[in-house]
Amino acid sequence: MTELPISPYPALLVGLPILMATLSLFFRTRGEALVGLIGALLTTGLAIMAFVEVVQRGAVIHILGGWEPPLGILLRMDPLAAVFIGMTALVGVFISLYAWRYFRALETTTGGLPLFWPLWLFLWAGLNGLFLSNDLFNLFVTIEVIGICAVALAVLSGKSTALSAGLRYLLAAITGSMAYLFGVALIYGSTGTLDLGLLGQVLEPGTTTTFALLVITLGLMIKMAGFPFHFWLPPAHSSALAPVSALLSALVVKGAFYILLRLWMEVFGVSLTYAAGQFIGIAGAIAVIWGSWQAFMQTSLKLIVAHSSVAQLGYLLMVFPLLILAPGVTADSADWLSSAWTAGIYQVISHAFAKASFFLSAGIIIMALGHDRIESLRDLVGHMRITAMAIGIAGVSLIGLPPSGGFMAKWMLLKGIFLSGQWWWAPVVLAGSLLTAGYVFMLLRLAFAPAREKEPFRPVPKSLEVFALLLALGSFLIVFPADSLIQFLESSEVFGTGVESILKGGVHGNN
Amino acid sequence: MEIYQIYSLTSAILFVIGLGGVFAARHFIKKIIATIIMGGGVFLCFVSFAQRDALTFADPVPHALVITGIVVAVASAAFALALARRIYQLTGEESFTNDK
Repeated sequence: MTELPISPYPALLVGLPILMATLSLFFRTRGEALVGLIGALLTTGLAIMAFVEVVQRGAVIHILGGWEPPLGILLRMDPLAAVFIGMTALVGVFISLYAWRYFRALETTTGGLPLFWPLWLFLWAGLNGLFLSNDLFNLFVTIEVIGICAVALAVLSGKSTALSAGLRYLLAAITGSMAYLFGVALIYGSTGTLDLGLLGQVLEPGTTTTFALLVITLGLMIKMAGFPFHFWLPPAHSSALAPVSALLSALVVKGAFYILLRLWMEVFGVSLTYAAGQFIGIAGAIAVIWGSWQAFMQTSLKLIVAHSSVAQLGYLLMVFPLLILAPGVTADSADWLSSAWTAGIYQVISHAFAKASFFLSAGIIIMALGHDRIESLRDLVGHMRITAMAIGIAGVSLIGLPPSGGFMAKWMLLKGIFLSGQWWWAPVVLAGSLLTAGYVFMLLRLAFAPAREKEPFRPVPKSLEVFALLLALGSFLIVFPADSLIQFLESSEVFGTGVESILKGGVHGNN
Repeated sequence: MEIYQIYSLTSAILFVIGLGGVFAARHFIKKIIATIIMGGGVFLCFVSFAQRDALTFADPVPHALVITGIVVAVASAAFALALARRIYQLTGEESFTNDK
């Protein structure tokens, strides 16, 4: 590990948001928002510089305080981590700008909810730390930081529905992390190491490993709201404030997916079985159908968007069966694996942009109307052209129509499905898109319909609408660098070792 | 039976009791206690592995991990209790109304 170039960026990416979060606690409402916003902008700049560094030099590491592992902590930034950190920064900076204006507008009624900025920056530090972590225990600590900050943000409004949803979220998060930690204990007990790279080499398939894989996967599925553990997500995401809902759905749930993807590719390669993949895939497929159907049945905008998250996260789970070939099927190239893998990452990025935009638009509508019942969306186009456009564009990306990022993700997912010969997932992808189209067009139909009675639309700061629209456009713009982004991702070490161990694991798991 | 195996088995039993409790219990406080029992099981599991390989002294790494884990678990439990207390103050509810 030590032959990788050493760079200060990984430490700064975690340290800077923590520093700014702590600093912002010393100021009152306005000053705190300013310090928080400066922190967010600085972190974004740093993330972009770090991304460029990884593009130029390949994976870089940082050894905290000069203490070599296993005693110290090693942070590693490979292309996969760089892409996730870049995504967090881009989505995060727009949500930060939105939040700054949003809380200014709310200042008169709520006092500006001062704790948002420190919590969001601590959350950001946790996310960066998670993407940079290189051992199982560090991943546990960072996901706990994320979980506690996320719940604290979700209950920020102090309303009883938000508190109750937040407690449900927190209990699910604790249960998930304890299950994950139990798996970590089993792995440490059987191998004596927690380092991801080393585990990939020394982990032997066996009962203990299978059981550890089971509890870790279950724990992370609870955290990423995979079916049937999705029950906490819709109330928590829909009752939070708009910028918080956007953060929770765009970024927080992706942390657990990132761990799951890295562990399946890097660590558990040899012990994965076809059945395990199919099992998690079925959970994903049910989530896609059930989540989209539930979204279709809702009557309030934020609940529609929250249920749609359950469905979109289902697509992410459907990547996992594609990582394992069916018994008796052999592949001589890793084409299918590359499609499946990049499909997952593209789905993460396009969902992050589209869903953040959707929740921010919902926040604007609540600010204008005072509620978010969808029948009041009538004549939205007449009153708030930009917001209607943002909802339309983000919706198109969620459905997966070309040329959106969501289309790229679904196209590559289908490609992976057919190349790996697991054709039975294809109808689910298509049905999911159809149902998504159902609720998106239902919203758009209302937005264009003439108003029945005059509903008072209060004026909303124009900049809020612009930030939501920019995020929606982002879900389209990510298609253009697709080729170079996929090449960049495939240069990741995780992918290389993943392909090797999965091709090897096919033999282990199926015999 | 080796002495560490007793601890390992106990840890598994505690974990399952806690896991069942989180889903089965209705009262907030019972759910929170169940997560604490789960945590206890996990930490015992870690510590029992430290003892297993001990020839002259115990493996220190699991102890360091468990200390960190306990800190995290205490913080989460305190946060959950604070939320439960606030919900009780606001609405008088002691369990999730539309519990599934």
